[in-house]
Amino acid sequence: MMRIGRLALFAVALAPALMAGPALAERLIISLSQHRVLINSTFTGVDLTLFGAIEADASAVGRAGNYALVVTAAGPHRTVTTWRKKRVFGIWVNAESRTFVEPPSYLAVLTNRPIAAIADASVLRRRQVGLQQVVLPQNLEGDIADANDPFRQAFVRLKTEQGLYREQTNAVTFLTPTLFRTSIPLPANAPVGSYEVTVQLFSGGSMIADEGTAFEIIKTGFEQFVAVAARQHGLLYGVATAMLSLLTGWLGSIIFRRD
Amino acid sequence: MQIYLPIADMPVNIFVILGMGLAVGFLSGMFGIGGGFLLTPLLIFIGVAPVVAVATVSSHIVASSLSGVFAYWRRKALDPALAGVLLAGGMLGTFAGVWLIALLRVVGQLDLTISLAYVTLLSVVGGLMTVESARAIFRARAGKNPEVRRPGSHAWFHGLPLKLRFKHSRIYVSVVPVWTIGFFIGFLGAVMGIGGGFLLVPALIYLLRVPTNVVIGTSMVVTLVTMVSATVMHAATNLSVDAVLALILMVGGVMGAQFGAQAGQRVRAEQLRLLLGLLIMMVGLRFAIGLVVQPDDMFSLQPLEALP
Repeated sequence: MMRIGRLALFAVALAPALMAGPALAERLIISLSQHRVLINSTFTGVDLTLFGAIEADASAVGRAGNYALVVTAAGPHRTVTTWRKKRVFGIWVNAESRTFVEPPSYLAVLTNRPIAAIADASVLRRRQVGLQQVVLPQNLEGDIADANDPFRQAFVRLKTEQGLYREQTNAVTFLTPTLFRTSIPLPANAPVGSYEVTVQLFSGGSMIADEGTAFEIIKTGFEQFVAVAARQHGLLYGVATAMLSLLTGWLGSIIFRRD
Repeated sequence: MQIYLPIADMPVNIFVILGMGLAVGFLSGMFGIGGGFLLTPLLIFIGVAPVVAVATVSSHIVASSLSGVFAYWRRKALDPALAGVLLAGGMLGTFAGVWLIALLRVVGQLDLTISLAYVTLLSVVGGLMTVESARAIFRARAGKNPEVRRPGSHAWFHGLPLKLRFKHSRIYVSVVPVWTIGFFIGFLGAVMGIGGGFLLVPALIYLLRVPTNVVIGTSMVVTLVTMVSATVMHAATNLSVDAVLALILMVGGVMGAQFGAQAGQRVRAEQLRLLLGLLIMMVGLRFAIGLVVQPDDMFSLQPLEALP
């Protein structure tokens, strides 16, 4: 009885906010299968599963089954320069460049319907839905590459070819009208670092709820040992590698000695 | 079997790498070279970043040249004094090369520089080698004496000061040209990921007129020491030596070299040089085509390197 009473009180307190509009009618609850992905010597990529439920109250009844979901997973932010080759004296050299300041090195946009069908262009742009809409700041101060910029297009295309950027419009499946699932594909070359996952719920062309979570990719075991050693104790690591090489060469000359 | 390389940050098939090590090891055993000029392009071709390829191959050459050094040391077929002077230049050259790589990475022209260096060097050296060995083969066919050495001839650099007598090599020359050759070998080795044996051997024979019996042993000592220092410097400066990749390559290389050495003994010296010359030219040509032909993709991405 106490519990119901408290809930009722809670509902009363919330009522004015709920009545302000349908924006609070839905709530997203999401859960990732893993919050930590370990890279070991046999790492060849992994699919993370994301489960979610749309908790809707009475005011949202009419919308059930008409939801559009956008799951955006963005990886560690690292600055990248895009080069364009030009012919100089008969050979092709990197001539022009554009530096993108800390764009996500991994970006997956997973939806349950075509991006254009989710909302109109201005909403998509404001909410940064889809690879075309994600903001990529450039080195030119305060400048943002628009979707038609050739360097930006090349950047997104090359990242897509590397398997690091992707946009899948049929990747979110509804198990029931309110329960959904998607898998975030992490290729073997997914960079180490922390990743944010944002889930946005759209209905009738506007965003009505969003929720975030995170996971990280870390190296483990021998891979981590080598990578940390190389980065933090470069000189020592170099000496150790040279010793290893000398040892291998020496062993080789003993095993295969012919004179 | 896939294995993840911790510094190159990519998964590779362990058997592909082992096979590359074997193949290059076979050729290096056959021709008595380090094989860096073949291995570095191969690694770049399978997707290893050039800076990682160059640095990792230097540690591979350490392993492949050490067994050679032992063999020549036992036969006393090397000149420690000559190697010492060459190395004095080689160390500085290596240092300069590692520094240049760090600089070019920032400017974004590392790939171009490596390609240009390969084209120039390989086509010149390969071309000279092919012509020279083809001539030697024809001369042998005609039944003439293949000896081309003119003991009395003096080049301009014999007039330089600081002369030193190298007992094992039976030459008396200024240390300046020796030091300079060492510097260039070390420099090119660090920039291109090559041991430089295929440059040093002809330089010692044709420029300094060192007797052939001590040339290969001396060149191997120089290669060994410059590559040890290149490994350490690359690791400390560019953080780009992949120990896992290097180890797989080495194991393949050391095994392949043994079979190559046996195969090499069945071929005549000038024919071997002709084959090597053609091989070097082909690698150079491959790089030249890559530079001249319009690339499939005008754009490329380059992550900002956090330089220490």
